[in-house]
Amino acid sequence: MTEVRELIAAVNNADSADGLLEAVEDLAEARSPKAIPVLVEVLGYNNPGAAVAAVDGLIAIGEPVVPYLLDNLDDYNYGARAWATRVFAGVGDPRALDLLLRAAAGDFSQSVRRAAAKGLGSINWSKLEPEQAILARERVLETLLLASEDGEWVVRYAAVVGLQNLAIALFSTQPELAAQTTTRLQELIDGDPEVVIRTRARYALSNEK
Amino acid sequence: MNDEALAEELTVEQAIANLKQREDLGLRYYAAWWLGRFRVREPEAIATLLMALEDEKDRAPDGGYPLRRNAARALGKLGDKRAVKPLIRCLQFPDFYVREAAAQALEMLDDKSCVPTLMELLEGGVAAAGFVPGKPHLVQPYEAAIEALGTLGATEAMPLIEPFIEHPVEKVSYAAARAMYQLSGEAKYGEILIRALLGDDLQLRRSALMDLGAVGYIPAGEAIAETLAENSMKLIALKGLLETELESNPQENLSDASIKLIKLMDSLL
Repeated sequence: MTEVRELIAAVNNADSADGLLEAVEDLAEARSPKAIPVLVEVLGYNNPGAAVAAVDGLIAIGEPVVPYLLDNLDDYNYGARAWATRVFAGVGDPRALDLLLRAAAGDFSQSVRRAAAKGLGSINWSKLEPEQAILARERVLETLLLASEDGEWVVRYAAVVGLQNLAIALFSTQPELAAQTTTRLQELIDGDPEVVIRTRARYALSNEK
Repeated sequence: MNDEALAEELTVEQAIANLKQREDLGLRYYAAWWLGRFRVREPEAIATLLMALEDEKDRAPDGGYPLRRNAARALGKLGDKRAVKPLIRCLQFPDFYVREAAAQALEMLDDKSCVPTLMELLEGGVAAAGFVPGKPHLVQPYEAAIEALGTLGATEAMPLIEPFIEHPVEKVSYAAARAMYQLSGEAKYGEILIRALLGDDLQLRRSALMDLGAVGYIPAGEAIAETLAENSMKLIALKGLLETELESNPQENLSDASIKLIKLMDSLL
């Protein structure tokens, strides 16, 4: 445990961007819940390299991160919120579901909307009661269908990825909803102005079946 | 945000009128930007911007011509070929920033008639391409001129451009690598841009990302995904690569390279 304390001290004492990056990478590798507050703080620094390492570390720690991050989210820092959304998306804990639904549909920043849309497809449904999960998947589908009409290509791209993963869960539980994902993906293949979106939707459909 | 909110309060008529009047220089400067930002292609807007390109009244403390700079930038965005000749004249203008804005605008206008004048800016080669004493810029806007020559497909400029890969200013060097890749398709130039992704300077990594995406250098996929920069910029660069790959492999079944690029993009969401 002393070791984790030393790693935390190294992050706090980093005096250059590169030094910070290395210290965060080391701390992330320890995968210790004690590192959570420091790693969350790093999300708020304007240092994309260190933030990537912190996100990876928080995702690796997994579920213990979720309640802390939900309580300590910096609403006024778009960058930090985008990274936090990536953490929630990576962990897939349903406790973050409401936040992801709101973010995917209405966040000001497209990088937040895109991270949320991808995360909505990878929720760990087994953490919910079956009845709750059925309702939650309906809401997720609704939000992803909306996100697939976003004005930013990258959000539509993430929505396609989300729909592809959601469809896999829906085929065994709510096949009538799964059909809606197929229909929407086909619409994108036929009508999206971006060739990258048409291609990604085609790839999603071929992997869905 | 404030600029955008303010911007929406203008109308096309008002912007043109603001640009025509001579009293409030700030209003003129802003109107020129506004007409470009909102892609106002009306003949009267173009004509007024062309007049602003000759403006003598708006002078910066350094002797520069702020309104001419903004007018040149706006004309690049409006896609009207009538601007080509006046912008070529701007390339010989004493204000460095007017020359730079004109080179960038000419790159966007897709008209090769400017190539000989752009090539003149590179005369003297790297030896002549130092900093102007006491100024933060080089003798000529080399980066903008070289990028324009690459985008315009000026293969005749290759012998002039290639030596600039050795220019000590990294942005100029990378612009030359980018242009040489566009003009020759040779992998060695794409590899120079990949090396830029490993550099220490975030700004340069960002600009290499944009360059690689713009030229669609497919082997750069993994290096793009791994460089230390914002995922948004990496995604835009990878989108450029995927578009290039899909263009050269348009068949029904996705190529292995396309699938690899898709997986990289997925991992960055």
